[in-house]
Amino acid sequence: MLESRSVTKKFGSKVAVEQLSLVLEPGHVYAMLGPNGSGKTTWMKMAAGLIKPTEGAVLFKGSPVGIESRKHIAYMSTEPYFYSWMTVKDVGRYYRDFFEDFSYDDYKGLIKRMELTEEMRIRTLSSGMMAKLKIAVTLARDSEVYMLDEPFNGIDLLARDEIRESILEHAAENKVLLLSSHLVEEMEAIADRAVFIKNGRKADECDVEDMRNAKGVSMADRYREIYGHEGVQA
Amino acid sequence: MKFDPNRPIWLQVMGDIRTDIVTGDKPPGSKLPGGRDLALIYGINPNTAARVYQELEKEGLCETRRGLGTFVTEDGERIAALRAEMAGEAVREFLGRMSRLGIAPAEAAEMIRNEEENDHA
Repeated sequence: MLESRSVTKKFGSKVAVEQLSLVLEPGHVYAMLGPNGSGKTTWMKMAAGLIKPTEGAVLFKGSPVGIESRKHIAYMSTEPYFYSWMTVKDVGRYYRDFFEDFSYDDYKGLIKRMELTEEMRIRTLSSGMMAKLKIAVTLARDSEVYMLDEPFNGIDLLARDEIRESILEHAAENKVLLLSSHLVEEMEAIADRAVFIKNGRKADECDVEDMRNAKGVSMADRYREIYGHEGVQA
Repeated sequence: MKFDPNRPIWLQVMGDIRTDIVTGDKPPGSKLPGGRDLALIYGINPNTAARVYQELEKEGLCETRRGLGTFVTEDGERIAALRAEMAGEAVREFLGRMSRLGIAPAEAAEMIRNEEENDHA
C-alpha cells in the first residue's frame, strides 16, 4: 500500500533520512521507533506528501505521494496546526471541508470520548487536550492509511487507554496504521510490526510476536540493543 | 490486563481465556467475543487476537462456527483435561520453587498437609 524506495532527505548538509526502504502492507499496525531526531518525523512528512525526498520516492498504491494520496492518507503531525481562535467545532468543520473521508459524526463521538466539547476554544486547551483533539480529528477520517506521529506524547496515563482503544478500532484488514513513538512500552501490545530507525536509516524491521516467541525479546529489549544508552528515554 | 512484553501476547491472552474456561467464567458452549472485540477488550493488535482463537481452536478449546462466531467447546472431557493440565503446571511450578529452597517433594507434601491442618484447627 505504502512503499518507501531508497528515500533520502537532506537539509543542507545534514542528512535526516538516508536510503530508507520500507513496504507497509494493509492489515498491520506498525510501530516506527527511534529516539528523537532519528528521522521518523521527516520520513512521515515525506510519506504524507508534505515535503519532497532529495532522492528516492514514496509510493502510495504504486504512484508517488502528493495531492492525490493526501485524500487517502490521514496524517497527524507532532506540531499543532489549528488557529487559536478556533473552537473544537471549527476544527471539525475545517477538516470536513478539506477531506471527503471525514465524518463529523465520528468526530463528535471521538471528542466526547476524549472528554472535549465542541464549544472549547483552542487557546484554552491544555497540551494534553490539544494532543487528544489532534488524534480525534485524524481518526474521524475513514482513510486507507493512518500515520500518527507520537500519538501518546503529552497524554496522561488515564487517557492513554482511551487513545489506544480508538487507534485499535481503526486497525483493519484493508488499512495501514503507522505509529511513531519513543514511548516503546505503549506500543508493545498494539503494534504487530516494528520498524527501528537509527540515524535516518532503517536499523531493523520485525514481527513483534515472532520475536517474543523465538527469542523472548520484547520491543523495548530490541530498542535497547539497537540504540544503547543514547536511546534510553523516559 | 498487564502484559509481560517478553512473552508472546497471544500466549498470555490465551492463558487468561483458558483460566476462564476451567473456572466456568466462560461456560461450555458460550459465545466468545469476536476477534476485533477481543482486541479492544485486551487492548491488543487484531492479528494477535486472531492468533489467540487459532491457537485455542488447535487445542480443541473453542470452535468457530461460520457466520456465528467463536464458542467455548461443549466437550466436558476436554475441559476436564485442561483443568488437569493447568493443575499439573501449577504443581510443577510449585515443586520447582520448593526445590530451589532445598525442599524435596515428599517434604513439600508434608508441609501442605500441615498447612491444611493448621487452617482447619
